Parts: sequence; structure tokens; C-alpha cells
Amino acid sequence: MNEILEIIESDPKIGAKEIATLTGSTEAEVASNIKEMERAGIIRKYKTVINWEKAGEEYVYAIIEIKVVLHSRTGYDAIAERLARFDEVRSVRLISGDHDLSLTVRGKSMKEVAFFVAEKIATLEQVQGTVTHFVLRTFKEDGDILFEREQSERLPVSP
Amino acid sequence: MPGKHISEVVKSIPPSGIRKFFDLVLGMDDIISLGVGEPDFITPWHVREACIYSLEKGLTSYTSNNGLLELRELLSQYISSEYQVGYNPDNELLVTTGVSEATDLAFRAITNPGDEVIIPEPCYVSYVPGVVFSCGKPVRVPTYQEDDFRVTADQIERNITDRTKALVLSYPNNPTGAVMGRKDLEDIADVVNEHDLIVISDEVYDRLTYNGTHTCFASLPGMRDRTILLNGFSKSHAMTGLRIGYAAGDGEIIGAMTKIHQYTMLCAPITAQVGAIEALKNGDGEMRKMVREYDRRRRLIVGGLNKMGLDCFEPKGAFYAFPSIKTTGLTSEEFAGGLLKEEKVAVVPGDVFGECGAGYLRCSYATSREELSEALGRIERFVDSI
Repeated sequence: MNEILEIIESDPKIGAKEIATLTGSTEAEVASNIKEMERAGIIRKYKTVINWEKAGEEYVYAIIEIKVVLHSRTGYDAIAERLARFDEVRSVRLISGDHDLSLTVRGKSMKEVAFFVAEKIATLEQVQGTVTHFVLRTFKEDGDILFEREQSERLPVSP
Repeated sequence: MPGKHISEVVKSIPPSGIRKFFDLVLGMDDIISLGVGEPDFITPWHVREACIYSLEKGLTSYTSNNGLLELRELLSQYISSEYQVGYNPDNELLVTTGVSEATDLAFRAITNPGDEVIIPEPCYVSYVPGVVFSCGKPVRVPTYQEDDFRVTADQIERNITDRTKALVLSYPNNPTGAVMGRKDLEDIADVVNEHDLIVISDEVYDRLTYNGTHTCFASLPGMRDRTILLNGFSKSHAMTGLRIGYAAGDGEIIGAMTKIHQYTMLCAPITAQVGAIEALKNGDGEMRKMVREYDRRRRLIVGGLNKMGLDCFEPKGAFYAFPSIKTTGLTSEEFAGGLLKEEKVAVVPGDVFGECGAGYLRCSYATSREELSEALGRIERFVDSI
């Protein structure tokens, strides 16, 4: 099962037939394993990584650190879930250290992101303070290296 | 006419068949090469990082002839936990500049002029010349697909004379991908014992064993002191160019090898030794990941070759498929040459690795799945065109 996951994690478009060849099992077996893992929520979804910049869409990303004042009973969940509902917010994490929550926010411009933070996040009752870090360049995302990688020059024929 | 000054021993070795093919491939563009005897993975970053840091610290000196003590201690622990054979890091382990050097040292340390060394073929291209350079006599023993390219105890016994000194075993095998079962090796161990032989066991592909476990020859009862165990980091940790290997064995033999090593090589490069330490300490996860990927490619290429009608024995180790091309009516060289010219796929003719490899090709699957699939398509087209 984990063998299948390892294969589709880096290549979600690969078909059951090909996975069967690579793992030495049958196509039907692979297909039913995948179905099972989808049902169990082990495979959550198949995502596409897009270079929007190349597609002519300019996005600005910022990491927002938030200090939270906890209201009794509701804990961090209430504020985190509330923040997660915004389309602009791409990720929400509870973190240790100086701040409590870390968000990734995406917008069309720095101005748009700044206004979003000022108007929608900083104004929330539980939010005591925010720090906004604009992303200048991403080098690695979700395990994918985004810069030119070194190519090893192997000899074409060697013993 | 400086040529006339070259020694008869060196002259007696024919030019390397690999080299000949290499020259053909060189200068051609857009080749997909299945001719490569090294991993396509780059040395894991944590290993490279350790090497870089050692350079920053200024670790650029000689090391002790035997290699850094920390490395020998780690090797001793590693062999003991993996194969339950104990070697004293002080005098039973020697760190070498690649397994190639260790192989050369082993031949030179034990061979008197005229001593015979039994070498099962097809095999890695260095053993026969290595024995000849040591003024020994290589005795080639062919292995066959019917026997899963395993040499049998019986075959070895039939080739033993009163000059036989040693036997080379190299499993998992380059170029066939054959592995030996424990029973096969036990039978050989009996012959080795009976005839008082030394075994040079090149186990550089030991970690690249699929669906099964590798048996270390030295781990068999009574074989530790008769075996010169050779291994390295090139294949398991994708460190070919760093040139780092080792020999383990009885103290007297390792001592003799060290004597040659100290006057010729002095020591293995320190940067590579530091990398090997890092690989042994923290390299297991990445190594296993690479092996899993090789296993997938192995199924891909073996399945693909069989499907197009090239009978391919199932390799259980290393990263080579060794399909038979006998049904095509072409020789290995004609097939490999034609494939290169017509479809720009490089493979190595099987007879480069010994006469009994005639009618076979060595196809390395240490290349990406995309390239493998593309190469398989081209090979099929070539086969159909014959």
C-alpha cells in the first residue's frame, strides 16, 4: 500500500496499470487498493502544482504571524477555523514560539494582501497583533525544488 | 617507437570492449544511455554537505594508511550488524580508493606468478586483467541463463588444479543481475575448504538485492578467514566518483594488502572517507528509497523486454537487465551497434563481460523511468525492424 502511495505522491497521473508493472501486482489489485485508500481518506486528493507566474498570473504571497488572545472555552480552534474560511488564506497553522498562528495569504498585489490583513485579520477580536512577511522568492515548496538543479554529467557508457 | 618499451604483461591485455563502445557513443547527441554502470541518483545531499563541511574545516590531509579509525569502527559495526561477521577495525579492515583498488590489492596480495584464479563469467571487466597484472592466470568459468547465471560448486571443482589459489565471487552480479542463494554458497564453501582456497568476494551490490536477502560469503561457517570481502559506497549510496571502498578479512591478508596500498595509494581521499562516515551514520533511509525505485524500474524494464520477445532472465540484484537477443539472429555487437545507430539507445554488448555473454545485452536501469519507457519503445521498434 505504502509503495503505491510513494509512487502516486510524486506522479498522481500514473495509471493503475503502470503502477501494477512497477510493483509487480495486478492492475485490478492496484485499482482496488487505491479505491480503498481514497475511501479511507489516506489519499485526500490529487493536486496539480502550477507555476502561475509562467501562466501570466502574478500572485503575491505573505506569511502572517498572529498573536491570539484566547477567549475561554473556544481555544485556538475557533479563531483558526474562522481564518481558514477566507479564500485568500492558503494555509493556517498553530505554531510554537513567539506567535500562535501562522498563515499563508495570497493576493494579486502587496497592497491587496496588506489591506486584507489590516481589514479582515487585524480587526478580529481575538487577534492581538500581526506580523506580515512578504515572500520574495520561493526556493522549495512541498518537497519540490523550484530552482535549477545540478545535472550530474555521467559518462554515457561505463563498466 | 616508445611502444616497444611497454611490458609484455600489459600488452597481453586486449583493449577494453566497454571503451570501444564508449568511443562509438561519444560524439552522438540525444542518446538514451542504458550503458551506464553507476546510479543516476546524485550523492545524497547530507553526504555531500558533510564533505563540503570537512573541506571548510580544512580536513585535506592524509589519513592513516588503513583509513580514518572512525570509519573503520563504523564499518566493523555495520558488517557485524548486517551480516554477523566481526572484523577488528585495527587490523582487519582497509579503506581503499574505490572497490577497484581493493580488488587489485587482493589479487596482488595473494598471487604468485602462475597461480590460478577462478573467475565466473559474465562478470565485471576488471577481474581478468587484475589477475594478469598480478602475473597470475585467470581461469574463466562460464555461467548460463539455465542456471540463473549462478556458478555451481561442481563447475568450480572441475576447474581446480594444484595451482588454483583463489576464486572470485561477485554477486549480485554485474552484468547479469544474478544473485546466489545461501545453499549455492554453502556448497561452494565446502569446495573452498576442501581445496584450501581464498575467496575474493566483491559484494558492492549487496544492498541492491530485490525480494530476498543477500548472503555475505564471509558469514558462512569457516569462511571468514578465507574470504577477502570487498565492498564500497558507490552503488548503495550513489558515491561512484568519490572513490571509496573497503576490504575486510583475516589480519594477515589485510596486512599484506595494506603493505601494497601504503606504497602505492597511501590512503583513500579524506573527503570521501568523511562522506562514507556520514553515509554509514545517516544514509540508510535515502539508500532504501533508491533501492525501492530501482526495484520499480527493474520490473518496468524486465517486463518490457520480455513483452517485446527478448527473453530476459529476472535479475534479483544490482541494476542491470541482461536480455538474450539470440532470437534476432544478430550478434551482441551487431545488435548494440544497430540500436545505437538506428534508435540512439546505448546498451553494452554482453560478450564484453566474458565470451559466455555473447547473445546478450547489458541494459542498465539506473536511469529515470521516463527514459526507460522511451528506450523500451525504441528497442521494440528496432527489434521489429530486424
